[in-house]
Amino acid sequence: MIFTRRAVAAILASTLATGAAAQDDDPTRVGFIYVGPVGDGGWTYEHDQGRLAVEAEFGDQVETVFVENVPEGADAQRAIEQMALQGADLIFTTSFGFMDPTVAAAEKFPDVKFEHATGYKTADNLSIYSARFYEGRAVQGHIAGQITESNIVGYIASFPIPEVIRGINAAYLHAQEVNPDIEFKIIWAYTWFDPASEADAATTLIEQGADVILQHTDSTAPQAAAEAAGNVYTFGQASDMSEYAPMPRVSSIIDNWAPYYIERTRAVIDGTWETSDRWDGIDTGMVGIGEITDAIPAEVKASAEDLRDRIAAGEYHPFTGPINMQDGSVWLEEGEIADDGTLLGMDFYVEGLTGTIPE
Amino acid sequence: MNLSAIDPLLLLASLMVAATPILLAAIGELVVERAGVLNLGVEGMMIAGAVTGFVAATTTGSPWLGFLAAAGGGAALSLVFGLLTQFLLSNQVATGLALTLFGLGLSALMGQGYVGIKAPAFPDWHIPLLSDIPVIGPIVFQHDPMVYVGLLIVLAVWLFLKFTQAGLVLRAVGENHDAAHALGYHVRRVRLLAILFGGACAGLGGAYLSLVRVPQWTEGMTAGAGWIALAIVVFASWKPERLVLGAYLFGGVTVLQLNLQAAGVAVPVEILSMSPYLATIAVLVIMSAGRAPGSLGRIFHAAR
Repeated sequence: MIFTRRAVAAILASTLATGAAAQDDDPTRVGFIYVGPVGDGGWTYEHDQGRLAVEAEFGDQVETVFVENVPEGADAQRAIEQMALQGADLIFTTSFGFMDPTVAAAEKFPDVKFEHATGYKTADNLSIYSARFYEGRAVQGHIAGQITESNIVGYIASFPIPEVIRGINAAYLHAQEVNPDIEFKIIWAYTWFDPASEADAATTLIEQGADVILQHTDSTAPQAAAEAAGNVYTFGQASDMSEYAPMPRVSSIIDNWAPYYIERTRAVIDGTWETSDRWDGIDTGMVGIGEITDAIPAEVKASAEDLRDRIAAGEYHPFTGPINMQDGSVWLEEGEIADDGTLLGMDFYVEGLTGTIPE
Repeated sequence: MNLSAIDPLLLLASLMVAATPILLAAIGELVVERAGVLNLGVEGMMIAGAVTGFVAATTTGSPWLGFLAAAGGGAALSLVFGLLTQFLLSNQVATGLALTLFGLGLSALMGQGYVGIKAPAFPDWHIPLLSDIPVIGPIVFQHDPMVYVGLLIVLAVWLFLKFTQAGLVLRAVGENHDAAHALGYHVRRVRLLAILFGGACAGLGGAYLSLVRVPQWTEGMTAGAGWIALAIVVFASWKPERLVLGAYLFGGVTVLQLNLQAAGVAVPVEILSMSPYLATIAVLVIMSAGRAPGSLGRIFHAAR
């Protein structure tokens, strides 16, 4: 399923026009590979908002193309290469599982610039970018620990990769900080987007006593499950999911990719694009904290906003010692701050979390 | 690990919900197969029902109209199958498989623009008096109406097949269509009606996913439920009463594996995730003693 804007016209124009003329007027083509549908109301939706912002910013100078619902794995490589063959100058691949396909495509198409979200492999024509979602998770945990009455927080995790584990740890540390009795129940859904299994997971967690549901999957199905159950709090994931505010959704993590996409597209247009590794947080606005609703007590809201502002100002890092690992061994000494390398490769739970991370 | 966190009452209650879509689709297919037709397009009809039901429910705001439309959508798709196999005498297996692929594609097309939209609420019934019975009440009598509709359909099918003349005719057509034809029964008409019923039931099952269980529309959301329904018909040896058992067994394992995960049981998640399917296969092998209707899957032509 390939949707192109003005693509047919462009292909016709470039075939008909003489080579030289076509070269001069050629708009910069920017491609996007999405893991879910643009209407998921979460992760992919926000990437697509970024794409639309690029179009709005550059007008006729750019042409954007996207493919949605691309499975992670071999199929992804086909989609990426197809896009490169169609003449894309810059391709954003927006899911962790696209990492190796993107690396392979980048080797095959040295003249095309690639940008892979949330991965860790770079090349001369391959940059990586991600957002410090764990900063938002810290705020979520801080709120969750205070509003839960059952002291059980349900967590719908997607895949056991560092980004997800980091989120669980950040949320748990900050929930435990305000509520020492907190318990996290975690279900690994093994999907980024599957409303049916996300809904089942949410329902199961609620039945096991969770009254706050955190999700690292992209659909609004857990929100609907919480709404049906009543008295269960949720947080929007990747997108504001404000249609579920003020209850069950009491806040959200919003990914704002637009400034980054505009900046990188401009770099390609200007010919100044270089391999980079961007990891921005609340400070630059790449991670946004959605409005905290009045469904939670005012003092909780105020302290959450304070935490958000301290993180944004760089006064506080969510992974500041003392923090022990799950087995009780010391990870960070008092006052020590986690380095990005450890965070990027995080494959362990912090002390207090139960269960094991699936292999 | 903390198994005490699993509340058996809630587990049994959500088992009924998890089993309902499969139960609906399977009871429809059971009638189809008892009439001697093998329709492998259950998955396609389910997803067609899921999307038509969702579109109708969000447009009109009424889940009931949604279910009605879903039954219509599933039946409409099954009509394609019915015409192809009964009148154009196409191969049932190939046509059924094609119907699944067609249904998946068609539903994706119809669902464009409905992704990420909320479905109208379909509240649970708290049946007065009955729902207050301790233990049984919360398990059995506090569900949404479709759970009961599904069970009523199963009951009705059982009564129909066992006690009515029409049911006898349907079984005769399924066991030996030449003999039924010689006795003057309308083989094609009976089969077409059975196929339509099967399509409507599959549509209801699909709509249960998109309107109650998830409730949302996404491409491919039936995720193999139609195939499980087909397997459960075999598991049930084509008997409605056993069908309920099969559907609840599958629903139970599905719900149980999520509960075990949330309770932190140290079993690899992958094994838990495949357990419902493993259980289905295992039971199919054990129970393979059942006898299929005599004319199942055979093409009927009056002149032959």
